[in-house]
Amino acid sequence: MAGGIPFALREEIATRPGRETLFSELVRWGLVVLSLAFLGALLLAPLATVFAVAFEHGIAAYWRTFADPDTRASIRLTLITAAVVVPLNTTFGLAAAWCIAKFEFKGKSFLITLIDLPLAISPVISGMMFVLLFGLQGWFGAWLQDHDISIIFALPGIILATMLVTFPYVARELIPLMQQLGNDEEEAAITMGAGAWMTFFRVTLPKVRWGLIYGVILCNARAMGEFGAVSVVSGHIRGLTDTMPLTIEILYNEYNFVGAFAVASLLTLLAVVTLAIKALVERTGYKQR
Amino acid sequence: MAAVSGVDRRTLVRQPSVLPGFGLTFGFTTFFLSALVLLPLAALVFMAASMSWGEFVHVVLSARALGSYRLSFGASFLAATINLVFGFVIAWTLVRYRFPGRKIVDALIDMPFALPTAVSGIALTTVFAQNGWIGQYLSLLGIRVAYTWIGVTVALTLIGMPFMVRTLQPAIAEVQRDLEDAAETLGAGRLYVFRRIVLPAVLPAMLTGFTLAFARAVGEYGSVIFIAGNIPKKTEITPLLIVIHLQEFDYKGAAALGSVMLVMSFVVLLTINLIHSWGRRRLVATAH
Repeated sequence: MAGGIPFALREEIATRPGRETLFSELVRWGLVVLSLAFLGALLLAPLATVFAVAFEHGIAAYWRTFADPDTRASIRLTLITAAVVVPLNTTFGLAAAWCIAKFEFKGKSFLITLIDLPLAISPVISGMMFVLLFGLQGWFGAWLQDHDISIIFALPGIILATMLVTFPYVARELIPLMQQLGNDEEEAAITMGAGAWMTFFRVTLPKVRWGLIYGVILCNARAMGEFGAVSVVSGHIRGLTDTMPLTIEILYNEYNFVGAFAVASLLTLLAVVTLAIKALVERTGYKQR
Repeated sequence: MAAVSGVDRRTLVRQPSVLPGFGLTFGFTTFFLSALVLLPLAALVFMAASMSWGEFVHVVLSARALGSYRLSFGASFLAATINLVFGFVIAWTLVRYRFPGRKIVDALIDMPFALPTAVSGIALTTVFAQNGWIGQYLSLLGIRVAYTWIGVTVALTLIGMPFMVRTLQPAIAEVQRDLEDAAETLGAGRLYVFRRIVLPAVLPAMLTGFTLAFARAVGEYGSVIFIAGNIPKKTEITPLLIVIHLQEFDYKGAAALGSVMLVMSFVVLLTINLIHSWGRRRLVATAH
């Protein structure tokens, strides 16, 4: 999702003198107004609604939502899930990018297709696949029950489903970046006697750090906000297996709109911070190159 | 290296490189993908395959399933078409024009991508409900958005928008302004320039964006279930029908519907690849 147009090129295209006529001015402002109206209705109005409803009955009512132990438990569960999922997916992303970007081997495009797969399939299907594996009537269902291990309707299932849905983000950010930056520095380091880990930590990691940062925060935002896949494996046990997005659903269906939008406001802030970091990373990244 | 030099490089599983770590990273990547993607995928395929043909058809072609396909695929197609028009306008505006707040708007495009789907779901429903900020004016015109197929389309349009805009932005930036200027100097009208120079250049990107937005919309769950009425055969999307089967512990029925959607996703991925290779061929053809 990173806009791949060099900053300077964009500026050049936009500020190039054209044939300034009344008609072209009308078209220009017409299109700008049309774009803003479309985004205003579809994007800004819902965003503003989140905060408008959350603070409908004042700040005290807003804070009361977070006094509820079930809501607190859901925030804790979401944080635990992200704390497990994001490091694992980051490790995978680095390994996959190293393997795919640095080497030529057979079956590479198959690996890339597998990495893209979770983005192409419905999150509901992603969650369902784990139910079919570990659910009571699934492949390992009977064995797991005999050994008293619960995966579905418990934390491991939530973590697995979240991992499946969010693992492509770091890898997809890093693979094109590593391919574009090439192997010259790494080859030089290895030839001059640097060890493998030293080359990775001192040469590769600094080279790709901005892409890595964006991939990780995007992965984190999606992990904390995942709804469809987690909803299928969670079992909706209040205070135990409800993550923040699932709590939003429950509160909303109970007509507790202030509560639902109060929890939603936290996730909205997370999304805003994610986009702000992305903008920052893009700007710094361009200056670096 | 001497041992390898005589061998045809194409027959090697891996081309030689001085860089270390292939075994470790390849092993970890394959293990991770096998455990997290291939094994669950196999469970889905085998569960669906364990049904008799009659059972499978009974689930997959039931009136309720057919109604959900019509809504899921129809609304996704409509939403992607809306994005084709508005996505182009937004991408064009962001690349070609300078206006106050442009950088903020550009950053906001990714919002539906970063915002949890449950949040956009309840927020859209509130805005487009009959007493909502926008819904109240639309209901004066007799248009009901929330809890109808129109609401589903609105949610899917929002979800697909960033895919269209982000695919089109680089394509529009690469349209050669010189060609446009030359055409205008030679007396071509603005519409003619748009139709003969701009449109052909961005066509592959438009098709890719359309397919991406469509694919994302077909599988979307969180932002749709709040604004859809979820009435069987009318406003019930296919992913919701899968969830309902799972809640009734009908794993086979869920797996059957899931495999239908998986096949559709593969068709879409294949289409994207075909469009890419077609775009590259066209690029090569125009270069000569």
